[in-house]
Amino acid sequence: MNKKKTYICMGTIIILVLLFLSILSIFWTPYSPTKMNGPLKNAAPSLSHLFGCDNYGRDIFSRVMSGLGNTFFIALCTVLIGSIIGTLIGLFTGYYGGVFDEIIMRFNDIILSFPSVLLALVIISVLGKGTYKIIIALGILFIPSFARMIRGETIKVKKLGYIESAKALGLSNSRIIAVHVFPNIFPKLMTNVAVGFNNAVIAESSMSYLGLGVLPPAQSLGRMISEAQSFLFTCPWYACFPGLVIIIMIIGFSLLSSGLSE
Amino acid sequence: MKKFILKKTAALIITIFVISIITFLAFSIIPGDAAITRLGSNATPEKIAKIRSELGLDENVLVRYFKWAGNAIRGDFGESLQYQGHKVSDLIEGRIPYTLMIGALSVLILLIISFPIGIIAAKFENTKIDGIILVVTHVFMAIPNFFMGIVLTFVFGVSLRVFTPGKYVSPTDDFFGSMGYLIFPAIAVSLPKVAMVVKYIREAISHEMEKDYVKLARAKGCTENRILTGHVLKNALITVLTFMGLVIAEILAGSVIVEQVFGVPGMGKFLVNAILKRDYPVVQAVVIYVAIIVVLCNTIVDVLYAVVDPRINLEDM
Repeated sequence: MNKKKTYICMGTIIILVLLFLSILSIFWTPYSPTKMNGPLKNAAPSLSHLFGCDNYGRDIFSRVMSGLGNTFFIALCTVLIGSIIGTLIGLFTGYYGGVFDEIIMRFNDIILSFPSVLLALVIISVLGKGTYKIIIALGILFIPSFARMIRGETIKVKKLGYIESAKALGLSNSRIIAVHVFPNIFPKLMTNVAVGFNNAVIAESSMSYLGLGVLPPAQSLGRMISEAQSFLFTCPWYACFPGLVIIIMIIGFSLLSSGLSE
Repeated sequence: MKKFILKKTAALIITIFVISIITFLAFSIIPGDAAITRLGSNATPEKIAKIRSELGLDENVLVRYFKWAGNAIRGDFGESLQYQGHKVSDLIEGRIPYTLMIGALSVLILLIISFPIGIIAAKFENTKIDGIILVVTHVFMAIPNFFMGIVLTFVFGVSLRVFTPGKYVSPTDDFFGSMGYLIFPAIAVSLPKVAMVVKYIREAISHEMEKDYVKLARAKGCTENRILTGHVLKNALITVLTFMGLVIAEILAGSVIVEQVFGVPGMGKFLVNAILKRDYPVVQAVVIYVAIIVVLCNTIVDVLYAVVDPRINLEDM
């Protein structure tokens, strides 16, 4: 119990701090994230520029702040798409069963056996690049895992006695699903949402790193790392700080998910 | 046994069939087609129409799918749009060894690192050592593979100059020489996956440890180490086989991204470039190739599992 609380607590604090920084970046950043400053080209981290400056003299800390906002936004939207559609599919296929369930789950298995990054790349090459397109691509990608998990849980809950008695009382199926089945699955869903955030952050930063995610002038931590790669020799901190922030963010979500699952 | 292999082969073919339909259909709904990509956006309508009929784009989607699939079975995926006059299959042929080498090295590194750690974690289950292993592997899990690649490039390529970033030897030219270059991408792919594999191994071993034969061995006065190496490991290894399919899929996916970091001229880099240049025949072909590799590995793992463990009833699978 104690372990669970520490995990959730630490995870929440990390995520809240990062979330606060990214919301703050909408209104205020220490410097303008796009303003170039010649003399400060490749400046090392200092008190006035915490994370140093990039090859155009832009403040890396300000850029990381606004990149964080995009990463959060994309992760939130993808997890919402994946979890809502996945939950609906899982609830209905799990509750009703039948041929429809069989077909959807076979299809699901095929998709899940395939490397997800590759599937994301296919969807992106069809839709094109950009923030909203990557949200759709990753959102679609997250549906099968949510659907499978929710379906499994629904089948477990369906066998419980009180669902039988609800049926005997003559309640409609949709009411049983919404009022009796879903609340039972909810904690499990939340754990998976945390895992989903974890995966979404990794997927988004990877896609942006490959140049297939957000487009400039919008910032993303993954994009920053890919731009920084050419300057590894002259200013290693340019790649280092966005990378560290991604790692901290992922650790936050993974603490949260392991805390919730215990 | 025969029936089991037949069944698995049928499943393999169906999976590849479904994936080929998805990839083909996905690319046929894209606005703007291959004719325009080839001629540029200011080509005359007559020219576009001519190329369209030459490429067979006028026909029904189903007809086109079966034509494409028929050729693909014979290994012909058409011509690349960005490298005109080059067959996609020829272009892929030179790139596939790199990706396979990274994949093989990654699996090897992953197992070499994870096994001892997993065994130690299981041996000291729920002690401080187990806790430290959990924390350290989870921190590594949080490092995206491309960032791991950049850190490795910085440390070994830029600072220590162990390898030159962007320089590679093909495994078909110099099998062992190429390992020296491709080991770094392989490390970047495998390190973030260590946590996952350690967790599986730890669970497999502690699950085995609770079985009756271990109690019997203890009662006979066997030392704990002897029980572990002589009895438990053999059985735990079988369980490890069950998740190898999953690991291979993850590693191939990782390779696609990491190749970009190190500039390895493999399938992953080829795929990403093809997507950026909208070279659809290449994208389709690479996806089908990777699908075949993944599904084939999964099938082999399933069959191996059944062969190694005599308790598994083949008729049930």
